[in-house]
Amino acid sequence: MEIVQQIVFVVALAATGWYITKRIQLISRAIRLGRSENRTDHADERLRTMLLVAFGQKKMFTNPLVGVMHFVIYAGFLIVNIEVLEIMLDGILGTHRLFAPVIAPVYPFLIDVFEILAVGVLTVCVVFLCRRFIVKVNRFQPERHREMTRWPRTDAAIILIAEILLMIAFLTWNTSDSVLRDRGVGHYAALQGVIPDFLISQYLKPLFINFSDTALIAYERIAWWFHILGIMAFAVYVTYSKHLHIALGFPNVYFSDLKPKGEIQNMPEITKEVQLSLGLPVTTGTDDSQTDDNGQQPAEIGRFGAKDVQDLKWINLMNAYSCTECGRCTAACPANITGKKLSPRKIMMDTRDRLEEIQQGWKANGYDYKDDKSLLNDYITAEELNACTTCQACVNACPININPLDIILQLRRYRVMEESQAPASWNAMFSNIENNMAPWKFSPTDRFNWANQVNEVK
Amino acid sequence: MPTETNYKVPTMADMAAAGEEPEILFWVGCAGSFDDRYKRVTIAFVRILNHVGIKFAVLGTEESCTGDPARRAGNEFLFQMQAVSNIQILNGYNVKKIVTACPHCFNTLKNEYPELGGTYEVIHHSQFLQNLINEGRIKVKDGQSFKGRKITFHDSCYLGRANKVYEAPRDVLEALDADLVEMKRVKANGLCCGAGGGQYFKEPEPGKKDVNVERTEEALSTGADTIAVACPFCMTMMSDGVKNKNREDSVRVYDIAELIAQKEGL
Repeated sequence: MEIVQQIVFVVALAATGWYITKRIQLISRAIRLGRSENRTDHADERLRTMLLVAFGQKKMFTNPLVGVMHFVIYAGFLIVNIEVLEIMLDGILGTHRLFAPVIAPVYPFLIDVFEILAVGVLTVCVVFLCRRFIVKVNRFQPERHREMTRWPRTDAAIILIAEILLMIAFLTWNTSDSVLRDRGVGHYAALQGVIPDFLISQYLKPLFINFSDTALIAYERIAWWFHILGIMAFAVYVTYSKHLHIALGFPNVYFSDLKPKGEIQNMPEITKEVQLSLGLPVTTGTDDSQTDDNGQQPAEIGRFGAKDVQDLKWINLMNAYSCTECGRCTAACPANITGKKLSPRKIMMDTRDRLEEIQQGWKANGYDYKDDKSLLNDYITAEELNACTTCQACVNACPININPLDIILQLRRYRVMEESQAPASWNAMFSNIENNMAPWKFSPTDRFNWANQVNEVK
Repeated sequence: MPTETNYKVPTMADMAAAGEEPEILFWVGCAGSFDDRYKRVTIAFVRILNHVGIKFAVLGTEESCTGDPARRAGNEFLFQMQAVSNIQILNGYNVKKIVTACPHCFNTLKNEYPELGGTYEVIHHSQFLQNLINEGRIKVKDGQSFKGRKITFHDSCYLGRANKVYEAPRDVLEALDADLVEMKRVKANGLCCGAGGGQYFKEPEPGKKDVNVERTEEALSTGADTIAVACPFCMTMMSDGVKNKNREDSVRVYDIAELIAQKEGL
């Protein structure tokens, strides 16, 4: 009987590993659709940012209460993995609490900590469900945010309920195990005297007082299997869910933009054009790597700005997969606050949805497949793009340094430079700058007239 | 008060002709040059510069839009045309240090020009005034008294979030000896006036209300009689907001440089 369980366990583990590997390959292929961009400079500063913002959860503590609650789930997730390691080894080797005799003095302490965290996680997940569905925190409500469609809300509920069930399974498994140990049944008796009752589960023992030994063993096994298969299923599910942020949050922060928020990225391909048109020596784009055998620049320069996900940078695409749709960006967006259609969260969700659509196309038709859709227009409209004030509130609000504004700007560039689709009043502003050196229609010769008033009496 | 004042506004061209170099270049910006309301700020700042005896100069008619609104609206080509031409002029005069009252010019000159060949020490006029106060070059004088007046400061995105300048304008306002009251959304959480990213130059998208009205409501709810700003676009947006709320008789919008000039009796 034991050996059957071991075989089933190894098969389940291998299947999970194989499936997750396939998912990782597919997602990383999707991220690599983006243009190259060096985000490996200043390694020390990047590491520091990651320690502070990802590991330290610094930005989550903007709201201290929510920060603490999120920290409980986060710490629980990280630390309970030590217990998962034991469960994995038990499953493979057919053992029972493998570590208990080996690290006997600290084992009960560790399990006590896991149990406290389990109760913490369980409590916080219940609170989070209440916040979403009973207290109705504004940024999660579909009436107010059109990107909060059915799936994002279901996704959130699935995650929270799954975590609650996993924690219940862990706690009741410990309890049934303790009762069996007390009764000295079968191999459970081996740990009698080695480990005591645990901090939380000792109080749950009355739940199982009326169970027969057989029923109790059955419950212990079911809880154990539910817990570990649940974790495996959850790991697979995460790759389809907004909850992918538990993995990608860390690299996403590591590769975040280190420059001042106000700085918009330069377009060197345009610098060259500008220098040529002003009759200046060309200082960019002339490195040897960009010239062909005859020393000529390649004739085709890429698109100006972004129409679809391929035109964005890989970091924009990683941002999209890292986004957990918490909506703090949107809640801070002045355009959204005042009822405009723009929602920075939707920009990130649209980018991911578009990538998923391309993945579906790949699966059905091979990796060369191209459809005739694009991120711009099919997902994100001009009305949304034009509403952005570039105020950086969304960039500032994101707990894991996602930058929705960068995507908005690249899409604007495409609309303005490739499609000449700027709003008419922007075109007027452009031509004023071009002709009058100011965004208004004043004569450049009048620019210094203010100085005549400097000595006038107030 | 009789005005025997004789404020001077030297240009870089004049200085160069005389074989001189100023300590700082005052970058006036398009709004500071053409907007009737913001011209008063430019004048106030120039009076302060004269008053403390800083050797400064302006570009005058040689100045041109930094290209900020064009870049943010997506017209990278136009931005770079402006930037590269401006850099030629600035480098031609061997400019090292620039002060400007416009956070958009400040951000662009400071962060975006270096990559195109223009590297300068760029400071915002709030930082400049803060330094003058810290150094004791601006002292409390017999100008207008601010005692008992409630002032609230509106953070501009391109000064605050974009470049993390939060304390300088507040320090300047502290020097007025007024009662500084903060709005609900301040500093990194400050709410935009609604003008950035090229919004100033077009009608807003349809929505429930305009951003400047939302922000003005927040400013008015502090009970302040003065809304202090440090940006020409915030100035217009907040002034329009105050008008929209029919409060222009009781609530005034001033730039921090104007408040210092009033305090100094300039």
